[in-house]
Formats: sequence, structure tokens, C-alpha cells
Amino acid sequence: MISPVRIKDHWAEQRMFMRRAIAAGIVILALVIALVVKLVQLQVVRHQYYAELSQGNRVRIEPLPPNRGLILTRAGEVLAENLPAYQLELTPEQVPNVNEALWRLVDLRLVEPDDIERLTRLVRSRRIFESVPIRLQLSDEEVARFAVHRHEFPGIDIRTRLTRHYPLGDVGVHALGYVGAISEQDLKRIDESEYAGTTLIGKVGVESSFEKQVHGTTGFRQVLVNAQGRPVEGEAALRANLATRPPVSGNDLILSLDVRAQRAAEEALRGLRGAVVAIDPNNGDVLAFASTPGFDPNLFARGLTTAEYKALQDDIDRPMFNRALRGTYPPGSTIKPVIALAALESHSIDPGQTRFCRGFFTLPGSRHRYRDWRPEGHGWMNLQESLAQSCDTYFYNVAQVLGIDRMSSYLSKFGLGQPTGIDVEGEKPGLVPSRDWKQKAFSQPGEQVWFPGDTVIIGIGQGYLLATPLQLAHMATLLANRGHSFEPRFVTALRDPSTGEMHKIEPEPSPSVGVDDAAVWQRVVNGMVGVTSPPRGTARGSAAGAPYQIAGKTGTAQVFTVGQTEKYDEKQIAERLRDHALFIAFAPAEAPRIALSVLVENGRSGSGTAAPVARKILDAYLLEPTS
Amino acid sequence: MMDNLQGSTARRTLTASARLLGTLHLDGQLLLALSAIAVLGLGILYSASGQNEALLWRQTMRFGLAMVAMIALAQVSPKYLRLWAPWVYALGVLLLIIVALVGEASKGAQRWLDLGVIRFQPSELMKLAVPMMCAWLLHDRPLPPDLKLLALMSIVILVPVGLIAEQPDLGTALLIATSGIFVVLLAGLRARVIAAVLALVPVLGWVAWGFLHDYQQKRVLTFLDPESDPLGAGYHIIQSQIAIGSGGIFGKGWMNGSQAQLEFLPERSTDFIFAVVGEEFGLLGLLLLLALYVFVIGRGLFMAIECQDTFARLVAGSISLTFFVYVFVNAGMVSGLVPVVGVPLPLVSFGGTSMVTLMAGFGILMSLHSHRKLIGS
Repeated sequence: MISPVRIKDHWAEQRMFMRRAIAAGIVILALVIALVVKLVQLQVVRHQYYAELSQGNRVRIEPLPPNRGLILTRAGEVLAENLPAYQLELTPEQVPNVNEALWRLVDLRLVEPDDIERLTRLVRSRRIFESVPIRLQLSDEEVARFAVHRHEFPGIDIRTRLTRHYPLGDVGVHALGYVGAISEQDLKRIDESEYAGTTLIGKVGVESSFEKQVHGTTGFRQVLVNAQGRPVEGEAALRANLATRPPVSGNDLILSLDVRAQRAAEEALRGLRGAVVAIDPNNGDVLAFASTPGFDPNLFARGLTTAEYKALQDDIDRPMFNRALRGTYPPGSTIKPVIALAALESHSIDPGQTRFCRGFFTLPGSRHRYRDWRPEGHGWMNLQESLAQSCDTYFYNVAQVLGIDRMSSYLSKFGLGQPTGIDVEGEKPGLVPSRDWKQKAFSQPGEQVWFPGDTVIIGIGQGYLLATPLQLAHMATLLANRGHSFEPRFVTALRDPSTGEMHKIEPEPSPSVGVDDAAVWQRVVNGMVGVTSPPRGTARGSAAGAPYQIAGKTGTAQVFTVGQTEKYDEKQIAERLRDHALFIAFAPAEAPRIALSVLVENGRSGSGTAAPVARKILDAYLLEPTS
Repeated sequence: MMDNLQGSTARRTLTASARLLGTLHLDGQLLLALSAIAVLGLGILYSASGQNEALLWRQTMRFGLAMVAMIALAQVSPKYLRLWAPWVYALGVLLLIIVALVGEASKGAQRWLDLGVIRFQPSELMKLAVPMMCAWLLHDRPLPPDLKLLALMSIVILVPVGLIAEQPDLGTALLIATSGIFVVLLAGLRARVIAAVLALVPVLGWVAWGFLHDYQQKRVLTFLDPESDPLGAGYHIIQSQIAIGSGGIFGKGWMNGSQAQLEFLPERSTDFIFAVVGEEFGLLGLLLLLALYVFVIGRGLFMAIECQDTFARLVAGSISLTFFVYVFVNAGMVSGLVPVVGVPLPLVSFGGTSMVTLMAGFGILMSLHSHRKLIGS
């Protein structure tokens, strides 16, 4: 079959084209409607959802770090403040080669070679557009040195930031503590969002224990960012509704420290390893708190180089060790007033009865000699005289009569063997031995038994007994106040920096000793006054000429046990094995305003080394300054 | 009815401007709508480009050039357009082959021909040459076309489309293929053939999948599930949907679109400018813009219907429908209705050659329409 020849029919084709065009128009309308439906779905139905996404896109929250509270003494001296400091900061995205740039900073002596690795890690851990502090405080000379070469360091610049400054340097450093860069360990104990934008945190001492009060509340500001996360200015309408919450400055801390007493303590201990704690027995305020050698806390706020930190850590004198708070020492004869009180209260001895001291004591049925510090003996001794002359033989006997259980009990009542409750962390509890304690502390059955000999030496503050200088000072406050005292404290008030409003912290009473017999107390205090009095008081020399009456007690604690047949020859004993020198005191004896303890490691003798230190502090605090 | 229409047209041409338009073979309504889109487009571009005046100036210059091209082509008699069609087509194919061999690569695609003075994309020429060639083939033949003719037209379409897809420029290849297919459809391709081809689409799609470049495959996959790669390929779609959706009904205001102004929206002054309109002018702005586009397409189809010979009707119809494809593919991709294909929003997106080609197409459309012989009185 031959298909018919097709003829072009213009009219039919035109009609056909019109039909097709109309069909196309219908299809177009259908597709446009589909598009409009999609747009309505996006812009009307899900508008809220997309509006939130868009808001989240364009807004970044920038933290506004609060000002750290100041630390002041009651008299208004500034112990810690915030000063603008030059900080060297690096913005990673603008630095072509971070490692190379750091090495060039080493050439300029602005960065230590040892720190390169740490800094490189630090830079990598931050977002590329955020500037990273690589040096916290630059000296003027370093600023000048960098300024000359600044053009060679794109992306590295000097910025002014507030950093912590301790205007008195190392004065009171072991009380104040210091701030340093926030470490990974710190991050575990804080709410990270509260520290956004903050570089420094309290590490020890008051700075750490009152971190919460002194830090303040971080504010924030919403900033407009572009797709790279970089803050941008933008049109006013884009910036509308950006929220801001201003930061709230931390509270100022008002410390109990008395700068004159503190300086006197540190001055008196200069060149020695030791500690001084002085407390106002009427409220527990710590007036002086020294541990030497100290260090400059400004180093930490500035950021120590690895080498500097190692040097501090490795120093044989351990300047970072807080001897006053964490050093535990045998208290030696400083506890004799407590033992005397225990004996009087329990009627174990007659205070008027005299005993003869021949230079040593022996337990019945034993030939072991417990030696007196004075080999030739003190002769006839009553309680008062034995305190004044620190007769060991007398107290060996008292200890034997009292027994360990009563001694433990009284020593505990005076706060030994337990934290004093001071308002900074890290306090060591020391040790008051007891039968129970010995049972638990030793594993060999033969060693778990409490021996009579263990009891005897507790009477002169040796043996297992350990106390911190803080505990001894607290004990001195209990003696000063006849059995009542307060928990030691540094912070007496918080001050709101915006209103100046003071929030006083009430003193917290310590558990009372529970001895109410005034006559008993008077005998003990009289004994302690005898210590500082002629003719035979051990500390009479140090107290000579004082216009106020001092009640004190010297102590000399063995570090090293001398064999039975040997003589203690201090010349032959290495310096660090010499006896520790101790002294506790309060003054004026009848209306005490200050109680203190002094410890000098390897200071040989309480009367010779520790008591003179105490006198300087008492003078500084009790005597009117000469103007 | 025809008399009335002619009569009313005659009345309108009384005004001087209408007479001028008539002399220049221009269509007033179409010109007005296109100019409105272009002017709005410049305003949008100013905002989308981040207030880049240099860029705005270049776009204005291009629009001027495009107007010149349109007016010039409107003067050419349809007779010549028809006679030149095969030669222009042949030249275009030749240039595409040259581009494939020695072309300039830009952004990983080899599309440009450097003529020393200007760089030129032969694929732009093919956007007009392919529908004209197809219409030329059908002009003297009875419609609908027979199978032999369909096969011939398939070759005419697929050779340039294949060359362009290889560059690779999927968007343009798609547009050119559709412009050719529109000619065939408007020529009265039988319904059962259309149905058969539609049935074959999944099969063809599967075959075509194998020919797609990796990044093109990824685009399709990302379209199907943009969340799967929110920072990579899905980023464009997610950000443009956020921009459109956050605009709401009334928009955030000119130059206040945070997605666009803060550079969250990629390609904000080129392929994704539709999202800027949606963000800053809201649903109302988009509807206005779409209404203008629909008017242009409607007017184009109406003019095509009024044309008097096969070549004119088919070319005019194809140009109008292809313009719609531009609008729909771009708006659809930006709003997440179709996969991301690099097609600009006509007359609004920043970009040179495509604007000139589009306006040149409308010039041809106006020529075809205005060179009619008056029938009847």
C-alpha cells in the first residue's frame, strides 16, 4: 500500500498549533502553581522554622568577661587588683605559618623555645579567627622590641587586656594565692560557659577558695557574623534585636590580714624556712600568714615559662610549699600548756606540789632514759616553773599520769588532729595519736599496740603527734580566750563593687574546749606568762622590754632521733636535720588581741630562733606605728 | 473578532510611541514586561552583590547591549532568519567542536572560545540556532512530522547537546535540548508518541546517569536528600531554603536579608539570586516576579499563535517556552523543587552572555510577529 501524499494544510496546522500552545500554557500554569505551593510551604507554613535557622546562622554569642573582684585588707591596702597589660596575641587565620612565626618570636626573645610546642597546641585548639594570647604580660621593653618588627608578623599583635596584679608582690602570697591560665584540670571543676572569655582563674589560697565570689558573672553580647563566622558590622536592621547582657563584676574581698604584722612576719623569717600564723582570738581573723621562702604571684598571672616553673618546682627550699597551712611538724613543748590544763582539770596533779628534775625520766621497771633538754636537770619544779623553764622531766611524768586517752582527748579539744575550718582549701589535719589510730595505722601486730613509752613523749609534743603552724596558732587562740575561739578566716567581708555595699561574714565559733574552771585557766596562763618573764622563763630574752605582757610557750622539736648514749651535737648534724624551732604566744596576756605560732624549720631552738620572730610581729601589731 | 482586535490595535497605534514601536517592529507589552523585570533585577542585584556598584554597572551595560541585540534582530525579516537558520546552526556546531578541542577552561568546564577581543560561548548561539534549525526542517513539510523527520531532528538536537554536555555544562545542554523538543511538540507530535517517550524516560534516565559527571550525579543525589551533606553539596539548597523560608510573606526588606548580606547564601548574585528576592521581598515579591515572567511567556505564546507561517510559529513558541524553562528550573532549584542545575534566573542573575541571548531571542520573536502580512481588511 502506498501511503497517500500528505499536503500541507495551513489552516489545520494553525489550529493544531493553537491547541498545542494552549496545552503548553496549561502545563506552565500547573508548574507555576506547583512552584507557588512550594514557596508558600517555605515562606508561610514553615516560616518560623526557617526564621530561627536564619537567626542562628547570623548571630554568634560573644562572651563579655567580668572584672575580677579586688582583694583588699581591712585598712584598704590593695593586695590584688586588675591592671591593663600588654598581651601578645595571634590570630591563626592571618598567620601564614604559625610555627615559623613562633620561631621568629624566639629570635626576638619574646617566646621561649621550650614553649613552642605548648603554644602550637594552644593555637590549634582555637578557632582560626579567634585571637589566642601567646604572652600574657609584656614588659615595656618587650613591647618596644616587638613594635620594631611588627610589620614582619602579620596576624600577631599587641592587645591591652586586664590581668591580675599583686602590688605588694610576694607579701602574703601563701594566703592570697594567685591566678593563672585556666588549665584542663580547672575546666573539670568549673562551669565552662561561666569562664568563656576569661583567661585567668584562682589556683590556690584565697584566690582559689573564693573563686566563685571574686569571679563575677560573665555577660554576653550577640554579634552579627558572616558565613565564615567573622564578626561584621552590617546594616542597622540586621543588627536589630541583638541581645546583650552586661557582665557582673566579682565581689571585692576584704581580708583580715594586717599588712604591718604580715610584713613583720615575712621580714623576721627572711632567709629562713618557716611559717608564722597570727590570729585575732576575738574573731578568728588571720592577721599574719607567712610561709617562707615565698614567691611573686605576679609571675603566674604573667604566665611562667616552662623553665621558670621548673625552677620554682625544683627549688630545694620549696617556695611554693605552704608551710603554714600544709606543713605538719611535731609541736614540741608548745603543747605543754594543753597538757598542763588536762592534768589540772582532771586533778591528776597538784599544781603546788614540787618534783625533782635530775635531767631525765624513767618509767617504772624500765631503764630507758627519757632525756630533758637540760642534761643537768632543773631541780625542784612545780607546774608553773616547769612551764616557764619547759622542764621535760616534769611533763614526762604528767603524761604518764594522764595516759594517752586523756591526752588525745584534750589535744583534740584544742583543735589538733583536725582541720581548723579556715576559709581556704588545702589545710592538713595533722595527727593526734590514740590507741585506735595506732591499731589502724600499723599493719604488724607488734606495732599496733600502744606502749607506755609512746605516751611519755606525747607529754613534750614529740612522737607521733603532728600539727600545722595554723593549728598551733588556733590552739593559742583557745588558750588566749580560756577555751573559746573562732574558726580562723581570711575573708571578713565581701563588697559589691557597683554599690559599695558590704556583706560582713560573721565569725564562726570553734567548738569550745569545755573547761570552765577559771582558776585552772589562770594557772596555765600564769605558767605561759612565766615563759616570757625573768628570772628563768625560756623566752624572757625575747620578751624583754615589751610594754605589754606576753603569754607564750617555746618549743623545740626533734627531726632526728639521738641515740641513748649519744649527745646531741648540733655542729655535727647536717643543717636540715637540726631541730625545728617553735613558739606560740598571745598578748596582752589578760586581754589578748593577738595569738600566734612561729615555726622555723631547723631553727635549733624555740627560744633562740622562734620567739624573737614572734616579738617582732607582736610589736608590729600591738604598738602604735611611729609616725 | 479578528477585525475587532485589529481595530483596537489600530486605535492604540494612534499614539506616537506606539507608532515608533511599530516602525521598529517592537512589541510594546513584551518590551514593557521585560524592562520591568530587568529594572527590578538590577535593584535586587545591587542588594545581592553586597552593594557592588561596579558589578551593577557592568550588568546595566549588558542589558543595554542585550536591548541593542533585540532591536537589531527585530528588524531582520523572518524570511532571512529562515534562510540563515541552517548556516547559523552549522557554524554553531563547528564552533562547539573547536571549543571541545582548543577552548578555554574556566571553573573546570571548557565552554569559552577566546576570540582575542571577547570571549564567546558558542553554546549560547546554539540556544537560538537549534530551535530555528528544527523549525527550518519542518517549515515546508506537512505536520505532524513523520518518523524519518523525527529521527533527523533528533540528530540535529543531540549533536550540539552532546557536545555541550561534555564541556560539561548540563544546564545549557538541557535548555537547548528542551528548546528543540518544544519545536517538535508544537509541531504536533502525536500524543501516543509522547506517551511512549514519557514511558521511556526512566530508562533513558538510567542510561544518562552513567554519562553524568560525578559532581552532576552528586547534585541529583543531594537534591533528593539535601540534609545528607549539609556542609558540602547540600549546603546550597539548605541555605537557599533558609533564605526563602525566613523571608516569610513580606520579606526582611531590601538589603536586609541576613542570609544574603552575610554570605550564607552561596552564588547569591548569580544562580541563587531568586532566594535573595524571597528573603528580602518575601512571598509577595516572588509572586510579583513570577507574575511578570508568566506575563512574558503568555504574551510570547499569544504572539506565536498570531504568527502566519510554520517556521515563525514554531520558533516563536519554542523561544517562549524555553524562557519558561529558565524561570522554572532556576526557581525550582533554588526553592528545592528540582535538582541544582546551573541555570540563571533570566534577566536578573548576574551574567553576560545569557542575557544577550535571551533578549536576542525576544528580538527574533518580535520580528516574526511584527512582519506579518495583514489578512482581511
